[in-house]
Amino acid sequence: MTPEQPPNDDATGLPGLRTWRGVYTFVLAFFAIWVLLLIALTRAYS
Amino acid sequence: MNHLDYAILLITVLGIAAYGAWHTRGRHTFKTYLKGSGDTPWLVIGISVMATQASAVTFLSTPGQGYIGGLGFVQFYFGMPIALIIIAAVFLPIYRKLNVITAYEYLGQRFDLKTRLLGASVFLLQRALGAGLTIYAPAIVLSKVLNWPLHLTIIGSGIVVIIYTAIGGSDAVNATQKYQIAVIFAGMIAAFVLLLVNLPSGLSLSDTLTIAGRMHKLEAVNFSTNPGQRYTFWSGMIAATFHMLAYFGTDQSQVQRYIGGASLRESRLGLMFNAVFKIPMQFFILAIGVLIFVTYQFEKPPVFFDQVTWNERAAQGDAAKMHDIETRFSEAHAAERQKLALWMTARQSGNSSAGSPMLEAAIKAHADVEAVRKEARLAVDPNDKRNDTDYIFITYILDHFPHGLIGLLVATFFAAALSAKAAELNALGSASIVDFYKPVLKKDASEEHYLFASKAFTIGWGCVSITFALCLSLAENLIQAVNIVGALFYPVMLSLFVVGFFMRGIRGTAVFIGGLVAQIVVLVLFFTVPDSTLSYLWYNVIGCIVCICVSAMVQQVVKSTATQQTA
Repeated sequence: MTPEQPPNDDATGLPGLRTWRGVYTFVLAFFAIWVLLLIALTRAYS
Repeated sequence: MNHLDYAILLITVLGIAAYGAWHTRGRHTFKTYLKGSGDTPWLVIGISVMATQASAVTFLSTPGQGYIGGLGFVQFYFGMPIALIIIAAVFLPIYRKLNVITAYEYLGQRFDLKTRLLGASVFLLQRALGAGLTIYAPAIVLSKVLNWPLHLTIIGSGIVVIIYTAIGGSDAVNATQKYQIAVIFAGMIAAFVLLLVNLPSGLSLSDTLTIAGRMHKLEAVNFSTNPGQRYTFWSGMIAATFHMLAYFGTDQSQVQRYIGGASLRESRLGLMFNAVFKIPMQFFILAIGVLIFVTYQFEKPPVFFDQVTWNERAAQGDAAKMHDIETRFSEAHAAERQKLALWMTARQSGNSSAGSPMLEAAIKAHADVEAVRKEARLAVDPNDKRNDTDYIFITYILDHFPHGLIGLLVATFFAAALSAKAAELNALGSASIVDFYKPVLKKDASEEHYLFASKAFTIGWGCVSITFALCLSLAENLIQAVNIVGALFYPVMLSLFVVGFFMRGIRGTAVFIGGLVAQIVVLVLFFTVPDSTLSYLWYNVIGCIVCICVSAMVQQVVKSTATQQTA
């Protein structure tokens, strides 16, 4: 019987985002897109 | 509200609370009671973090913010993705490595007992105040609008949350928050869809956006550098990042939600879930307020949304004056409606050049409406401190939504109140036992004793917050009041951790003195500098910088004194 493997915290388990640096970059990019959309909304209707 | 609404409200709120108590009954050790079973997956962590932050105030008050101030409040959340990434990358691995139950245990290990107690004391003080607000906020609004007795509403909802939190601990908080957030999302999505479906007759979404935009409700991003303006791009990106770092990284009510994850990965993903979805969520809640605003340009709203207070003032004093204000408000609103109708007719006939002056006239007429509304506020309170913002959404719900959905929306407010309150009680109990009782008052007791004491502290803090809520009286918009309470104490909490994580050479005494000086500076700023000159969000930055500088200076003095003594 093999001992239970500890969870691998370095792996994100996300398809396409294998490193945490990649996850953080994705989150920041998503945030930047939201801010740009909000700026566009502000400019379009003010 | 009719029987159907009450049935939905009671089944939802009490059902989830009973499930939380039953699901987690009698399977706890002292550590799992406070920290959870350690098998929480990332989605539950993410939902739990979201539900803890999003109290009833978020859902009751934020649409009102959208109605009055437009989308600008969304900028307050700009700091959140950055803060959560820093917490996931730096704070969280340290907490998990040290296997702490409370964040303040880290301060004890990194510095000394007095610094740990300072951090825990500041947390207990501000969270106890916050917990009072969490329970008071929905109770005051709902009791007024629905004509429920205020004290019974506070005590009733307080007792429900105390029971399941005391029985089930951290696991019960997580288990119930899953279902509470489902109720919340169902209620808010239904409200958003119904608002879109029920736009005034003939008004397209494009017309709605045009009206909202021309009346300054779609100014989501403001690049002003004036520190007296609360919500700007810069205050969101800089000051709010400090605020969010303090709240998510050092406030035990949040730390407790994610340190119990099955692994570092699960905790990190739970935080990233919030980093991605929080801004869109807040945007849509504010957009609900904007849609209500546009709807109320085509149908007359009350001159003052807190009608109970309005009628009380009329009964107490100058009824003739208030009647006059109401009459002028009706006239001004009718004039605005007429101009908007002309604009819509011109638009629908394809004559957009003719429509433009009519929209300008409608905007001017709207300014007259707002001037009368200001008169109404001053008639209620000459100091203009009595705010009706928190009553806007609930007034709209009761006037426009069908029965059943009203019950669901009121259940949404209660689910949000209970989820945030449960996390607060759980955290207050944990910090009391782990940071005070165990290390200071009773060091070597049994596990059973500490488990029993944890439950007793949870119940005790629940009673304190109910008592505090019963004594409260608020003038400030509720969501802003909650944030201001946080901003008074968060700078010190955050700065202790920032020094601990990033300034290796600084020891306990130096950071303790730095923390005290920073707290004094923040309180002096709050009581002496008007908010219009320096918005409360910036206290987070100033307090943190003060603590870092004072700690570094004191450490330098201590070091040179020690060197001289050695020589």
